[in-house]
Amino acid sequence: MTTDFKETAPGADPVAIAERDQDHDAGPILKLQGVGKRFPGVVALRNVTFEIERGEGHVLLGENGAGKSTLINLLGGLFPPDEGSIWFNGAPYHPASPFEAFSKGIRVVHQELNLLSNLTVAENLLFEQLPSRRGLVNFREMNRRATELLAEVGLDISPSTVVSRLGVAQMQLVEIAKALAHESKLLVLDEPTATLTSKEVDRLFEILHRLRERKVTILYISHRLQEIYEVGDRVTVLRDGQHVTTRPLQGLVIPDIVRLMVGRTVEDQGVFREDIQPSDEALAVDNLRLTETSPPISFSVRKGEIVGIAGLVGSGRTEAVRAIFGADPKVAGTIRVGGHAVTIASPKDAVAAGICLMTEDRKQQGLLLDMSCAENITITDLKRLSRWGLLDRAAENAASERLVASLRVKTPTIFHKVGTFSGGNQQKVVIAKWLYRGSNALICDEPTRGIDVGAKAEIYELMGRLAADGKGILVVSSDLPELMSICHRILVFSNGRIAGEVPRAEFDQNRILSLAYEEYGRARGN
Amino acid sequence: MPEGTESAGERKTATVWDNVLRISMREAGVAIALVIIVVFFSATAPYFATPENFLKIFVQIAINTVLAAGMTFVILTGGIDLSVGSVLALCTVVGATIMVREDLSPWTSIPLALLACMATGAACGAINGWVCEKWKLPSFIVTLGMLNVASGLARVVSDNSTITGLPQPFVDFGNQIYFGVLPSIFLIAIVVVLIGWFILRFTVFGRFIFAIGTNEEAVRLSGHNPRIFKIAVFTISGLTAGVAAMVFLLRLNVGSPIAGIGYELNAIAAVIIGGTSLSGGKGSIIGTLVGACILQVLATGLQLLGAEDNVKPIVIGTVIVLAVVLDTYRNRLLRNLEAR
Repeated sequence: MTTDFKETAPGADPVAIAERDQDHDAGPILKLQGVGKRFPGVVALRNVTFEIERGEGHVLLGENGAGKSTLINLLGGLFPPDEGSIWFNGAPYHPASPFEAFSKGIRVVHQELNLLSNLTVAENLLFEQLPSRRGLVNFREMNRRATELLAEVGLDISPSTVVSRLGVAQMQLVEIAKALAHESKLLVLDEPTATLTSKEVDRLFEILHRLRERKVTILYISHRLQEIYEVGDRVTVLRDGQHVTTRPLQGLVIPDIVRLMVGRTVEDQGVFREDIQPSDEALAVDNLRLTETSPPISFSVRKGEIVGIAGLVGSGRTEAVRAIFGADPKVAGTIRVGGHAVTIASPKDAVAAGICLMTEDRKQQGLLLDMSCAENITITDLKRLSRWGLLDRAAENAASERLVASLRVKTPTIFHKVGTFSGGNQQKVVIAKWLYRGSNALICDEPTRGIDVGAKAEIYELMGRLAADGKGILVVSSDLPELMSICHRILVFSNGRIAGEVPRAEFDQNRILSLAYEEYGRARGN
Repeated sequence: MPEGTESAGERKTATVWDNVLRISMREAGVAIALVIIVVFFSATAPYFATPENFLKIFVQIAINTVLAAGMTFVILTGGIDLSVGSVLALCTVVGATIMVREDLSPWTSIPLALLACMATGAACGAINGWVCEKWKLPSFIVTLGMLNVASGLARVVSDNSTITGLPQPFVDFGNQIYFGVLPSIFLIAIVVVLIGWFILRFTVFGRFIFAIGTNEEAVRLSGHNPRIFKIAVFTISGLTAGVAAMVFLLRLNVGSPIAGIGYELNAIAAVIIGGTSLSGGKGSIIGTLVGACILQVLATGLQLLGAEDNVKPIVIGTVIVLAVVLDTYRNRLLRNLEAR
């Protein structure tokens, strides 16, 4: 397919293209050999080996935390692998920066959009190489090329529109148009359809089809399992940082794929407390709506019960618990604590009612990193330590010492800054501050993220102890085996609604994962 | 305490040295700088190390110290208050207008003026804080607006003229000197600093100020309303501007709508030199007092050394920037010490 767009694309010098194409016409476009990547506390990728053929549509699948994002970021030049090697277009590939990845011909469209919102669509589209003459931007040329690119993705907007005025779906299409602006050999799309309507999705597939005729290789990541058949020839499944399989999509049905993705076996470390019998209602949510159009959410947690919330990242789990806690606004819904309806307009109301939220991001939202362990613990209730507004430090220290000892927080003294603590110890401080407050309904969002195995086991044990004390616990986690080992039942979120509830007797990774993907299929099917 | 595999002897020396470093790197760091500067000028500048000169320095730092004490509260939460100079001007004309009234005895008008100054200042500050929080605006912008509004109000109240003829007991108190070197207005400044120190160090309110400056979102998600505290710190800053206005009247015996121009910048400089971080959460009011001293000692010392008036601001400007540069090194060092 030849378009004048191709001829005007920068870097599309015909001689250079001929040379590149000639050199390596045979062999895979991308080859990963024993690739590994570690982050503090987690192994994100382990010995991953697979190939992507030149010109194919390749689908990358895996559960939350399977290592998809890490892999994309390696390709996009955000960080290098710790082990193994990557070959791109027949040559070793070690990009030092996203720009280098881009100039070598790999274009990554990230899930979270990276547009410069105060600039125009045209400026964004051609940002890497603005058409210019003697250092001045050639606006006419820029807008002409931008118009072509927008037509390519079927977006009917003026190139001089400021990006911040676009809707999310339009921004997504601008991102894709941006990827088309420069001839790339490998186009990586991370969840490109998450915000698109079915008409726009069809348009996207059309574009991808044309790109493949032009011999552009596509690496495609999506939660919507139905649509991958339209994009891909082959699929690679990652699980828990490891490569599971790379095989043709043909003949593979969705239940097979889910089975391939299903994670580790559940190692029941005996953390589930069989002895606890859940009693009265601790926390109940009735018809909670985050926006006027979002589906209502209802569920309840009993005293002594640990309820898990599973679902894909972005399925509305975190948004729901933040709204319950009053951290974000909601438009409707009743919340009951211990059987009594409470009005929650802010975290202050929630805390007063006995609800606490251990946020997903403990460093940015949970802790005062530059302050001491004791100060972090008592911040939830300073009134109890004061008289006439004066702090009773002796009481503060005694209370902190007691919690530090009971939760086995490893710190030389309670006066050390929590910023220097390990992830596991920081999480214990977060738990300690809510125990100090005496909350009865505990909501934990990703309580073990980035924590090593030993500390995880301690946190599970601690949750069991709290449940035994009669607290109601709600745990949001991307780690399905974790939820299956500690919870009485699991609520599965899918695309903003609760797709199902699975009691402990029926725990099954296949079933839970199918539920998590359920609503995404329907959204596409109309 | 570092727990490592080194021998006991090595560890002990390292620990003692660590502690010395740690202490000198915190508040004491600025105090050491002040001592060095004082020793330097005492050795080189004629008349520097005389009681008369120290008396002069004490008189001159009083206003800035009071303003900077209030400013410390605001900066600790991560805000800034650019309006204190013109709020001070407004308060001087309000206070002076009350005190020059013939129909009131000095013993009625003086306390009344003090109350009016404090109330006016606190009201300006409360408006600053409320506007910032209500519309989620940066304090830089809001207080820049208040700087102009208060300045205009000061002209309106004073009818664009200076107000003189304050009651004699008031003037006498302003000239009072205790123990030969301690002027009354300096003692007022010290009392303000001590109250501020007490609040920041020993009260729940003080704890919240540091916590909000460290991570406001974490404070909100811990079940508190940071807005109330942020409005309060601006109110305190306005209140100290009102007190500083009384100090101004005690020292210069005149209320003037053009008083206080540029005072906010001196106050900010004192806070920053004193080691309080502009991003909030770290600092102390004692540091601010020392910072104010450093600024004035430098100015006086350079003058006594015979430096030209034009050279002084160059040196002082350099010192302000240098203080912040040193602060980044100091933070790095402290972090390394604490990570051990």
